[in-house]
Amino acid sequence: MSTTGEGMAPEVESFAFSEENLEKIRGILARYPEDRRASAVLPLLHLAQEQHGGWLPRAALDHVADFLGMPRIQVYEVATFYDMFNTEPVGRIQVRVCTTTPCWLCGSDEVLRACREVLGVEVGESTPDGRFYLREFECLGACANAPVLWVDDDYFEDLDYARTKAVLEALKRGERPRPGPQSGRRGSMPAGGKTTLLFEEK
Amino acid sequence: MLHDRDRIFTNLYGEQPWNLEAARKRGDWDGTKDLILRGREALVQEIKDSGLRGRGGAGFPTGLKWSFMPKQSDGGPVYLVVNADESEPGTCKDREIIRNDPHKLIEGCVLASAAMGCTHCYIYIRGEFVREARILEAAIAEAYEAGLVGRDACGSGYDIEIHLHRGAGAYICGEETGLLESLEGKKGQPRLKPPFPAAVGLYGRPTTVNNVETIAVVPTILRRGAAWFAGLGRQNNTGTKIFCISGHVNQPCTVEEEMGIPLKTLIEKHAGGVRGGWDNLLAIIPGGSSVPLIPKSVCEAVRMDFDSLREAQSGLGTAGVIVMDRSTDIVRAIARLSKFYMHESCGQCTPCREGTGWLWRMVTRLAEGKAEIAEIDLVWDVTKQIEGHTICALGDAAAWPVQGLIRHFRDELERRIVARKSGGDRAAA
Amino acid sequence: MPKLVIDGEEIEVPAGYTVFQACELAGKEIPHFCYHPRLNIAGNCRMCLVEIEKSPKPVASCAMPAAEGMVVHTDSPLVHKARKGVLEFLLINHPLDCPICDQGGECDLQDLTLFYGPDHSRFEENKRAVADKYLGPLVATHMTRCIHCTRCIRFLTEVAGVPELGGCWRGEHLEITNYIERALHSELQGNIIDLCPVGALNSKPYQYRARIWELKKTESIDVMDAVGSNIRVDARGNEVMRILPRLHEEVNEEWISDKTRFAYDGLKYRRLDVPMVRRDGRLVEASWREAFRTLVDRMGELPGERMAFVLGDLVDAESMVLVRELAERLGCPHVDCRQDGAKIEGRLRAEYLFNTTIAGIEQADFCLLVGTNPRWEAPLVNARLRKRWRMGGFRVARIGAPFDLTYPVEDIGEGPETLKAVAEGEHEICEALAKAERPMLVLGPGAVARADGAAVLALAHRISERFGLLGEGWNGYNLLHTAAARVAGLDLGLLPGEGGRDLAGILKGVEAGEIELVWLLGADEIEVSRLAGAFVIYQGTHGDRAAPVADLVLPGAAYTEKNATWVNLEGRPQHGRLAVFPPGEAREDWKILRAASEALGRTVPLDNIFAVRARMAELAPQLARIDSVTPAEWGGFGRRGRLTEAPFVSPIADFYLTNPIARASKVMRQCSAEILRPVNEKATGTHG
Repeated sequence: MSTTGEGMAPEVESFAFSEENLEKIRGILARYPEDRRASAVLPLLHLAQEQHGGWLPRAALDHVADFLGMPRIQVYEVATFYDMFNTEPVGRIQVRVCTTTPCWLCGSDEVLRACREVLGVEVGESTPDGRFYLREFECLGACANAPVLWVDDDYFEDLDYARTKAVLEALKRGERPRPGPQSGRRGSMPAGGKTTLLFEEK
Repeated sequence: MLHDRDRIFTNLYGEQPWNLEAARKRGDWDGTKDLILRGREALVQEIKDSGLRGRGGAGFPTGLKWSFMPKQSDGGPVYLVVNADESEPGTCKDREIIRNDPHKLIEGCVLASAAMGCTHCYIYIRGEFVREARILEAAIAEAYEAGLVGRDACGSGYDIEIHLHRGAGAYICGEETGLLESLEGKKGQPRLKPPFPAAVGLYGRPTTVNNVETIAVVPTILRRGAAWFAGLGRQNNTGTKIFCISGHVNQPCTVEEEMGIPLKTLIEKHAGGVRGGWDNLLAIIPGGSSVPLIPKSVCEAVRMDFDSLREAQSGLGTAGVIVMDRSTDIVRAIARLSKFYMHESCGQCTPCREGTGWLWRMVTRLAEGKAEIAEIDLVWDVTKQIEGHTICALGDAAAWPVQGLIRHFRDELERRIVARKSGGDRAAA
Repeated sequence: MPKLVIDGEEIEVPAGYTVFQACELAGKEIPHFCYHPRLNIAGNCRMCLVEIEKSPKPVASCAMPAAEGMVVHTDSPLVHKARKGVLEFLLINHPLDCPICDQGGECDLQDLTLFYGPDHSRFEENKRAVADKYLGPLVATHMTRCIHCTRCIRFLTEVAGVPELGGCWRGEHLEITNYIERALHSELQGNIIDLCPVGALNSKPYQYRARIWELKKTESIDVMDAVGSNIRVDARGNEVMRILPRLHEEVNEEWISDKTRFAYDGLKYRRLDVPMVRRDGRLVEASWREAFRTLVDRMGELPGERMAFVLGDLVDAESMVLVRELAERLGCPHVDCRQDGAKIEGRLRAEYLFNTTIAGIEQADFCLLVGTNPRWEAPLVNARLRKRWRMGGFRVARIGAPFDLTYPVEDIGEGPETLKAVAEGEHEICEALAKAERPMLVLGPGAVARADGAAVLALAHRISERFGLLGEGWNGYNLLHTAAARVAGLDLGLLPGEGGRDLAGILKGVEAGEIELVWLLGADEIEVSRLAGAFVIYQGTHGDRAAPVADLVLPGAAYTEKNATWVNLEGRPQHGRLAVFPPGEAREDWKILRAASEALGRTVPLDNIFAVRARMAELAPQLARIDSVTPAEWGGFGRRGRLTEAPFVSPIADFYLTNPIARASKVMRQCSAEILRPVNEKATGTHG
């Protein structure tokens, strides 16, 4: 047995990009020199994952490799190297909690607790209905708004237990909660009001 | 204290739109053509004179780096690659530039390219910044539309193409050669140096990799003059800097300040002070997770610049200030960073692949006191076996936080071990 | 030429040298795992760290260019500390299973641990376990032992050109894998076993079979193709346990093909180990005395023109000397060493040699392949072509069936008409051919083993003269053989004599009743069913295709079982050596022939191998110059004639099953079934 053999993702027979994505790909390929198509591997894997419901079956990896004229193994390497790619099926809505030190200092444990409670799954698991996938993520680069939750395209910031719960429950109801700081402050401005860019002395 | 009139990033909090029209009102894209027409040498000299040092963490003099690029074109492409893979724990400055002031970055790309003879520019943005990437993409499109970028950029006769490239979740792609590998469609494993990117970079061509903030301050420096920038801060540590203050402060924030501002002032003035008052401070990681922490005693007087922090056995790094008050389980805080480095190690070279996991496991045991006193020295040893022996700086970055912990909190480590031995699990924590 | 100081001694090294190479030149041994001189530099193991003055950190010497004025220390406390640290890291997750590891006794990690390793482990955590990978029937994996040096990845990517291994996942989860749990497809994959510095990649057939110190090592020559790869045969008792490559820069460098490496189990199966005679329609065991009695009965009175000799692909030169002498004494003109029916005339050596030489490929700048699939016909020649392509400035065009050779090839046609167009200067490729400074042409067996072979040879001759393939110190005309025996056979003139018939003629003669006896010396690749009308003597090693139709079987010795000479496709004579004794009653072939000649009353007076070789040197002086290539003089060859339209087809349909030994090999059969099977079929559930 082996990690990639047993317990491997279900076999998906074939994959091909949609017409819409093929259109996008034409634009993507134009960014790179003609003989450097491999450069498009990350954008194409992003598209393939999006098209395939949040994960990349081998058929998709092979398709991307063949499409770009790359050795397939190079695409397997890439797909397993980057954290954003899933090579096994996961829930459609990806809930990612930053637990790196700056978020941890500001209470990411509580965010994680709220996620477990609302979603009813442990880290690394998807909900049985296939809607949500919960995982820990390394530093998301929004530390002045810690702790942070990253759901699909959006960051939810300045969280605590209650705010996390509110966000997730809204998502569960099928709503799209407003991303950004849940504390109501603007961006990474000090919560008590800005200390710079006042232009008072003018 | 920095005057608002000397601040470069006047839309840091996104109070105004990010778009071209608003950017122009903020002074961007003003006379860019004339700046370009000053010529390569003059531009590089201006940046050299400004004393600008790279804002990505290493603090290498930017003008000097630019001067390594070939002076004569061989007809082939020459690349500027902007590192927007902001992933260093504690750091969230480039995000603000990208989403609130993207035209500063784009104009910087044009000017830096003109200064180095670059024909193409790629901006490599971390994959997690989905919204930020959309804004930047739209801003680039605006710039193309307005003729600021592309053929005959700004009417200068100079051609420069700018493209955005999204990463996919790998801290190591913030290492410049790991980034180039990733951009070429490979795993982000750092390259062996030499050769350096200025000689053999993207697609084997001469390349300069610069941080977002570095490039974004270039237009203002060129417009206001090297002397202005060099007049801020202190010698070898000039200009302004965006600081990110996170952790146990009353008002976490990002803020642009003068280089060399005292750490205490930075926190008290802008971040609302340490939670529970200055005396409740335990320690601070002053420059992103890769630099060693400094205890309160050092924090009292240290200035936030490259040289001052190096003298304090730490570093300015990315200026991501992580504040920890006395309630912090400092060992766990560092253990979590060890986990970060283990997770983000590319796995290529032995000391980092094997050492980061070993470190994390030992530091995690130390947090619980499940160790022998002698193991503290072993942990130190292991950090020293990683440090300086790896292909890239991730090894050093993994070693230093742990070294900082042992350097300043050895007593605490020993206390936990002793407590656990005498009183069981609970006493340790 | 930079000058450096290494451990206090000044040394000048060639430009382009690394610090590592400079240290080696200075006689300093630098421990290393990932570095390999034939692979790109990875610099990942960090074992080769040295101290260079003015550098704040120790430096990976394998990746650092040697520069003027460098002061290098390889023996300083800093260096020792660094090495010790790296080694400790490599060991913390390495299992302590040396006692059951096949690499034990020839393991770089074991050896270096002895010198730089700690005496105890400071690692208190759980060791990492890594799941083994399924890579097919040849390479066994024990991935927990892997130290991630990436030599295997680099070999398959760079040298073999079949990139199927990679490093997936990252950090401490980095795993070397093909990701898909299927057999690797490279015909050179076995080399990754040798390259693996630890016991992560082992030979699957050899797994747990022997310990290195039990093995008797014999330096020999491979016969699976005409490359003449240098090999080491490791035997325990009288059994070949494994075959490894030996370094020969001009022939196989340090690689061998998988057939060379893994077909040896075929030496055990289906062996002819006792003489046999046909009685009442069945082959029954007999003594050598009985066998020779039968031989004399059938052959003693038979006129020479009513008998024939056909020689197979693996026959050694000594045996062929005996065949020649015996046939001469028997007055038999029907002798042919071209069992594939190649239309080689054999008068001129240049006609049938790979004149450019294998190493010479590296000097070429253009190559026209005609009717050849070098990847299967001579994998190491193909590897050299790929190596040349990787160096840049090398264009390859092909007339023949398309096949992935692992480097770009321009297909310009499939048959003789295209070759003719080139010869007449009417093909667009001619411009490139004419412009090339050192063009080469490779004529494969698929181009000459056909009815119009002589005409094809004539066209190749014309191209060679017309497009400057013959220059000062350069001969770009090449014939690529697949048979280890062929060049010696041609050198020794084992061709139809005055009034003699070639193989096709012999077969016709048998059918017409004009030839009554055919002596097959290891010749199995012929249409044996057409021999029904003759008395067939089969002398050879395996009950393969010909032995079942034989009337008399004389058991011979396989290539590992005799001291003998083979001449490779370049014309390079090399000595194979006896590693084990022939099984049972089997004997060395020249001795069988010598004894037969005596029994027939036509004694060939060559009583020992020295006498045989002395005679060989009289017949073909170049064969006495062991391991050297004697350049062949140019002249005329080929015969103008009618060309057919049929495309060129390589005679090898299955790389793994090309000769009696390979066909008897279970491992080769497994390879054939699993590696050549369409890749989209599902893997079997037999994962390690």
